[in-house]
Amino acid sequence: MTKDQTIGEALRARGVSRRGFLKFCAATASLMALPPAMVPKIAAALEKARRPSVIWLSFQECTGCTESLTRSHSPTIEDLIFNSISLDYHHTLQAASGTAAEEDRKTAMKENYGKYLLVVDGSIPVGNPGFSTIAGVSNMDMLLETAAGAAAIIAVGTCAAFGGIPYADPNPTKARSVTAFLKEYGNRLPNTFTVDETGQTDPVDVTNKPVINVSGCPPIPVVISGVLAHFLTFGKLPELDSLGRPMAFYGKSIHDRCYRRPFYDKGLFANSFDDEGAKKGWCLYKLGCKGPTTYNACATTKWNEGTSFPIQSGHPCLGCSEPDFWDGGGFYKALSTPTGDITRTAVYAIGAGAAAGVALGALNRSKRAHMRKTHSKVGIDDLEKGDKS
Amino acid sequence: MLPHIDDACHSVPGSAATGNVIPLLHEVRHALQALLEQGAETVIDLRAIPLGPGEEERIAETLGRGEVQVSMSALGPSELIETRYPGVWMSLHRNQEGEVIGRYIEICLVPSLVRSQEADIRYGLQELDSRLQE
Repeated sequence: MTKDQTIGEALRARGVSRRGFLKFCAATASLMALPPAMVPKIAAALEKARRPSVIWLSFQECTGCTESLTRSHSPTIEDLIFNSISLDYHHTLQAASGTAAEEDRKTAMKENYGKYLLVVDGSIPVGNPGFSTIAGVSNMDMLLETAAGAAAIIAVGTCAAFGGIPYADPNPTKARSVTAFLKEYGNRLPNTFTVDETGQTDPVDVTNKPVINVSGCPPIPVVISGVLAHFLTFGKLPELDSLGRPMAFYGKSIHDRCYRRPFYDKGLFANSFDDEGAKKGWCLYKLGCKGPTTYNACATTKWNEGTSFPIQSGHPCLGCSEPDFWDGGGFYKALSTPTGDITRTAVYAIGAGAAAGVALGALNRSKRAHMRKTHSKVGIDDLEKGDKS
Repeated sequence: MLPHIDDACHSVPGSAATGNVIPLLHEVRHALQALLEQGAETVIDLRAIPLGPGEEERIAETLGRGEVQVSMSALGPSELIETRYPGVWMSLHRNQEGEVIGRYIEICLVPSLVRSQEADIRYGLQELDSRLQE
């Protein structure tokens, strides 16, 4: 496939019939959460679209996000979308290494300056430039340098979107999410800046580069593909929520779309992983489900060929697509469970002359706010306590 | 004899069910009426609606199978069946690995994918011309 071909031309060259293309467009509409009536418009737009250059940078990450996409069980859609973009740099996937790989990145930047999409997975350590480097270039410098010519940045995974596990207390590398990093360091010139290689003539302030957060640990593969498909189809980024995530996938909470929601409404809960309620598929709220405060598409898109998602498999949602999910006070504690010592709570209530419930709520809110601020560590004791409660 | 829709779709007490089956069947009924009276076609994406384990199967059982079944092979196999309610089609699309990429209920005279596509006809005509000139 040449860079000058439109996507429609490229698919026809691969022997894909118009009927096959429309089937692909229908699946694309579905994965972008667009109504089926949009299929003809998607087909018309995709046919004429030209392949955007994509540069994918991996920083402090576990490669789970790349695995999620490349090992997904619906490879045709992902394959077609990836064939519809020009993935010019991805150091985990590309055959080239070392200097040759870095040359690929710089060439793609120069040839597509101002137009390429930059995908980032992993957080950026600012504690010491040596904590994470690629080809000797610190993550900080590589992001500043590559962000300069990007049309937009897609932060894939919770580490890139919100800091994720590297950001968890005590955050030894001083990890930052892409957005936080750009706000803090976006007006600095990278140490590796070279005018002739990138085509830049002036230092670029990347503080306000548009960033789209595709959070999740890992994100659902079709959500990653859906964002790319949206950009391919409409040439712009989709509507975002207050945390910079696409509304189409993160607009509703897991709880809102959970098939166990009717049990929550009726007050029917599993109290342990092997009680009668668990066997009957009742709500997992009391086992620590974070569905009510977690926004993602797992409950409808599901995983593994649309087979299931954690709650359907009997495990509470961990809230992995939300900021600070690792430091949220315990995976197996109900959202309403006190995070502090109950005796202290009672004293607090009596002292304040307020109802115990109000006091519990106040202490919880205060503790949670403190935990968010300090990223208090979740220890094994917390997990064990949660299991017993 | 057709099963009574309520019998087929009401959840078993205590089982995991969203309660979305009956509303969805009503949506199908409204769409069918719109097709009959205004010629308006509707497509319902089953993956966009929260359904509990077994609920999709209950919808398929209720709609049943009618006289027409179409098998298609375009970027993977697809099966489109007219249900026992004429004008209501259920379509299941798979990718080349055989994995499901879309499930829809289409309320129309014929699903658009079944019709021959103009671009394919044009390409086919060229192919036939070259074959005859060999």
